[in-house]
Amino acid sequence: MISRLSAISFNTFREAVRDRVLYNLILFALLLVASAPLFGEISIGLEKIILVNVGLSAISLFGIIIAIFIGIGLVAKEIEKKTLYTILSRPVRRWEFIAGKYIGLVMTLVVNAAFMAVGFYLALLMVSRGLGKDDAALLVGIYFIILEFLVVTSITLLFSSFSTPIFSAIFAFALFVIGTFADDLRNFAWAATGLTRWFSTAVVYLVPNFASLNVISQVAHGQPVSGRLILFNTIYALLYSAAAIAGAVLIFERRNLK
Amino acid sequence: MWALEINGLAKSYPVGFLRKTLKPALQPLHLTVEEGETFGFLGPNGAGKTTTLKLLMGIIFPTAGTAQILGRHFHDPEVKKQIGFLPEQPYFYDYLSATELLDYYAQLSGVPADERRKRIPALLERVGLADAGKKQLRKFSKGMLQRVGIAQAIVHDPKLVFLDEPMSGLDPIGRREIRELIQGLKDEGKTVFFSTHILSDAEALCDRVAVIHKGELRGIGVVEALKSATADQVEVIWHGAGALPAVSSLLKESRVTGDMVRAIVSTGSADLLLEKLRQQHAQLISFTPLHGALEDYFLAHTSDREEVKA
Repeated sequence: MISRLSAISFNTFREAVRDRVLYNLILFALLLVASAPLFGEISIGLEKIILVNVGLSAISLFGIIIAIFIGIGLVAKEIEKKTLYTILSRPVRRWEFIAGKYIGLVMTLVVNAAFMAVGFYLALLMVSRGLGKDDAALLVGIYFIILEFLVVTSITLLFSSFSTPIFSAIFAFALFVIGTFADDLRNFAWAATGLTRWFSTAVVYLVPNFASLNVISQVAHGQPVSGRLILFNTIYALLYSAAAIAGAVLIFERRNLK
Repeated sequence: MWALEINGLAKSYPVGFLRKTLKPALQPLHLTVEEGETFGFLGPNGAGKTTTLKLLMGIIFPTAGTAQILGRHFHDPEVKKQIGFLPEQPYFYDYLSATELLDYYAQLSGVPADERRKRIPALLERVGLADAGKKQLRKFSKGMLQRVGIAQAIVHDPKLVFLDEPMSGLDPIGRREIRELIQGLKDEGKTVFFSTHILSDAEALCDRVAVIHKGELRGIGVVEALKSATADQVEVIWHGAGALPAVSSLLKESRVTGDMVRAIVSTGSADLLLEKLRQQHAQLISFTPLHGALEDYFLAHTSDREEVKA
């Protein structure tokens, strides 16, 4: 099982790398480094805060876009091109295929994030003329971004297990946007009454809470992130992703691949 | 033991938007294939051949029925270690080289790493791609892709190989190469089940064939027996052209060369012709039943006339 999972995930990673997605992102990272001195010109005194905000937001947004646009094709492309036929005629369980694809895409996103993080830290080095202890805390922000990737990839895979690529992209992106405003949604649910309260509370629990995974502004201002939040967010992201992947497997197990 | 035993496997798809009805793609199919046999699954396009193979591979699920492959339930993952499959007009990951592709598939089939290192170069040599192992598949011709397709189907040394239209879309050279590869599998004692609508390939390679049309099995048997089932003519050659006027009403056609006559007669009239030739003191040279081609059998079982009867 491990051998099959690693084969599928490595092949997914290899496909993304050879699709030159990574090269675009390395280019982005270099552009970020090159533009770093500009931040100092624009906002004297605030350059570091702005750089952290822009840099981490860019790592997050680029990763989410890649997660959605590669994620929607993970299953659909294999069905359309019939490559799945030669996989399923081997001793590969359908759940292994889904899990392998998921791990492969997450691997790709983590490598992307690592490359961009290197670019981000180089830019930081240029702006701050050195790295301090506080800058290590920015890694928590990057870690939370990776947790975001876990969740976004899983929901994209869930939608792509039953929907067309274009609808999967729309659903996944919509859910990401709604999840970004999860705190506002929770406040609304508490303020509401009757059926609206019941419905909005259900939505609050169902929609992935990307608001709590976003600590970019906090780390940019040098505020510490509690260990409790790190633990809870880790557990939340793992459980939410596992549930979405389980849903994708349940649907895919029953699907006739015409 | 049967290599393949299909027991009433059937597939229907719902059609229509509001009032859904079931449209059968495959009627309950009963079929057995012996170990070591090369079995041809014949039928025109859209007959249900690919549906049957997709059902057997677990790509789609049957509406009814079941199957056993090498003595186990067809969905048993253990079975899949012992079968190979080449889909119709296959597409492979074109960003991989032939070696990488075969390594990937061998890994999925549970072939250990050291075994893969030994087996893959030998396999590429066997399918005539020894020099193209490092080339990306996007640079391969259709014939080369089909040979890679056969290679991926046998990279884990399966006992039973399923090939869906393996010669489809190939030029005569490509077809001959694939035919030789299938013949090689047959010589190794592997069971080969292949679907085709190219009858000459089936005739050249298969021990037995089944004919399917409109999702329904129309006939099955040993190729020679099926061919002779369509034979209803006999070729008779005799010395004694003088006997010709007395028997001409029985003949479908005849040709006289000197004193020798070569005539074609229907099987039903053959006895009477022999009797009359004896009466005319003609000297019989040969009496040969004419075998039909597999094409005759195929056409007889997939024609509109047959559909009306069915």
